[in-house]
Amino acid sequence: MKNNLKGWLYLLPAIVFLAVFMVYPLIDVFIYSVEEGYNSASQTYFGVGLFNFNYVLRDPYFLQAVKNTLILVVITVPLSTGLALLISLGLSSIKKLQDLFQTIYFLPYVTNTLAVGLVFMILFKPTAYSEGLVNLLINFFGGRSVDFIDGPYWAKMFVLCFYTIWIVMPFKILILTSALASVNRDYYKVAQVDATPSWRVFTKITLPMISPMIFYLVITGFIGAFKAYSDAVALFGTNLNAAGMNTIVGYVYDMLYGDSGGYPSYASAAALVLFAIVLTITTVNLLVSKKNAHY
Amino acid sequence: MKVVLSHLTKIYPSRTKGGKPVRAVDDFTFEIPDGKLIGLLGPSGCGKSTTLNLISGLETPTDGKIYFGDTDVTGLPPEKRGVGLVFQNYALYPHLTVRENIRFPLENFRGKDKLTNEEMDRRALEAAKLVQIDGLMERKPAQMSGGQQQRVAIARALVKMPRVLLLDEPLSNLDARLRLQTREELRRIQNETGITTVFVTHDQEEAMSISDMIVVMEKGVVRQIGAPQEVYDDPKNLFVAKFLGTPPINVFRGSVKAGRLMIGSEAVLDIKGVPDGDITVGIRPEGFVLNENGRFTCDLTRVEVMGRDTSVVSTHKCMEGVSVRSIIPSEDKVKSGRTVRFDLKPAKVHLFDAKTGERVYYEVAK
Repeated sequence: MKNNLKGWLYLLPAIVFLAVFMVYPLIDVFIYSVEEGYNSASQTYFGVGLFNFNYVLRDPYFLQAVKNTLILVVITVPLSTGLALLISLGLSSIKKLQDLFQTIYFLPYVTNTLAVGLVFMILFKPTAYSEGLVNLLINFFGGRSVDFIDGPYWAKMFVLCFYTIWIVMPFKILILTSALASVNRDYYKVAQVDATPSWRVFTKITLPMISPMIFYLVITGFIGAFKAYSDAVALFGTNLNAAGMNTIVGYVYDMLYGDSGGYPSYASAAALVLFAIVLTITTVNLLVSKKNAHY
Repeated sequence: MKVVLSHLTKIYPSRTKGGKPVRAVDDFTFEIPDGKLIGLLGPSGCGKSTTLNLISGLETPTDGKIYFGDTDVTGLPPEKRGVGLVFQNYALYPHLTVRENIRFPLENFRGKDKLTNEEMDRRALEAAKLVQIDGLMERKPAQMSGGQQQRVAIARALVKMPRVLLLDEPLSNLDARLRLQTREELRRIQNETGITTVFVTHDQEEAMSISDMIVVMEKGVVRQIGAPQEVYDDPKNLFVAKFLGTPPINVFRGSVKAGRLMIGSEAVLDIKGVPDGDITVGIRPEGFVLNENGRFTCDLTRVEVMGRDTSVVSTHKCMEGVSVRSIIPSEDKVKSGRTVRFDLKPAKVHLFDAKTGERVYYEVAK
């Protein structure tokens, strides 16, 4: 009993910290989400119910945000992981200048999001003075200029996905190159002596060996993409609803602090919807990985 | 299939700038007879693993040729050589079962060599039976002991019927008891299959106990090749003499004066055919005979009783190393005292050139 007490004492700092900064806000969010007509100035509400969810789920801005986020997730997670795997395989098969290339591929990771956004603006945004580098390229190949920042939806989505993939890849490359490097060379020697074709070496040896890392990247990639917000702001500015490029997290932020903000109840409801989506997807991911990854 | 190594040399460029290139294997010539088990023996860094890699084709020689039978395979990549390879850490695919691991090499067959599913299973089972793990076909490597994993690795190397089986420190990851068991197993499997086998080890006891022939290497150079007993009884140089035998040979700084072998001030043997001068004397632990009036006196440290025989630990001012260890029958009782005296068995006393370490042969004077 005495030992037990001591144990709890050791845990106390962490528990207090978690309780104040995680558990309490979570409960608070849940409470906000069911309080109807909550007014943050007067701290009053008229009743308890699911009205906030009802409102959020019918809000065209929210539905647009969900659509944007889903497209972003579905496109960027597989694409960035696949590309990162290809680049890592390339990196680990070259000997000369490997460190140099590794550093170059890692640069985007240490670059500020907004600075990268600025660079993308220069690449994609037509201004009074210039068409933007990408448009110049399109023109060169005989295409017509596209406004990637204020133009059609698909063009804006393309830039957002491009940007997201570009920004998440360095970390994935870093993880995958070290995963590839940690595969024992003896497996490859035995496989070579046994005349194993290279595609078979890849699918039967390399891929299973690094599968835990791939699943880790996919799961964290899904969660990260669902929480996308700053990338969209860096490209399209703060008024994302007007640009039609809002994300779920962006919607939550707007409901709290945006020009039309001041609705913590709607924000909480939207946040809980996001939570439910992420929880479902992650559970599915974990179930799939348990079946397929070899630890 | 006999394996012929002819003037095989492997030179690695220096790791440091301006350093000397490393001769990992230096002018290795040897014909491994068909169906024999050969032990490549030497301390770490002596080039034994490099030699194995050269035979497998994972490394290409700087100079020299390798023949399997009468075919020159020097330029052939490893996948075309038809060798089986087993590593110290087994290198079993952890996500595959025993059956899948053993089948793996067979599934690589293409074109006319392609096997049916049933044929692959049959051959995998046959190989598993040979190494006596046929009861564990559906296990994953992690669910087996080290010895069992090593058997799976051997089965995987054997299943495609290799022309040569290569084992790189196959027993080093096993505990002492399993090592004894597995090395006998290795000998049995090799006998049953008759596949020419080369195995690398740094453990001289392991090499001596199961090899038909051993090759002792030092710094890339072959120091002696022969049947284990022959190499032990008749070492060509001090390195081989010191490397083989437990406890190791006792080495003394001695000299030859007018037909007498001197260690310190004592004439321990009367010999013929060696000119006067300094000489290195090696005496096997079993070369000592306890005798109260013996010609060789050592300072007694302690007596270790081992049951079957007795180990006498002593020191001598002319010895190299920390002590002199002699093994005598347990019936011979050592009288306690400060000194102990021995006679020497000439067959167990080897002389080496004091500078080069090469063997100096002598005759016993009557």
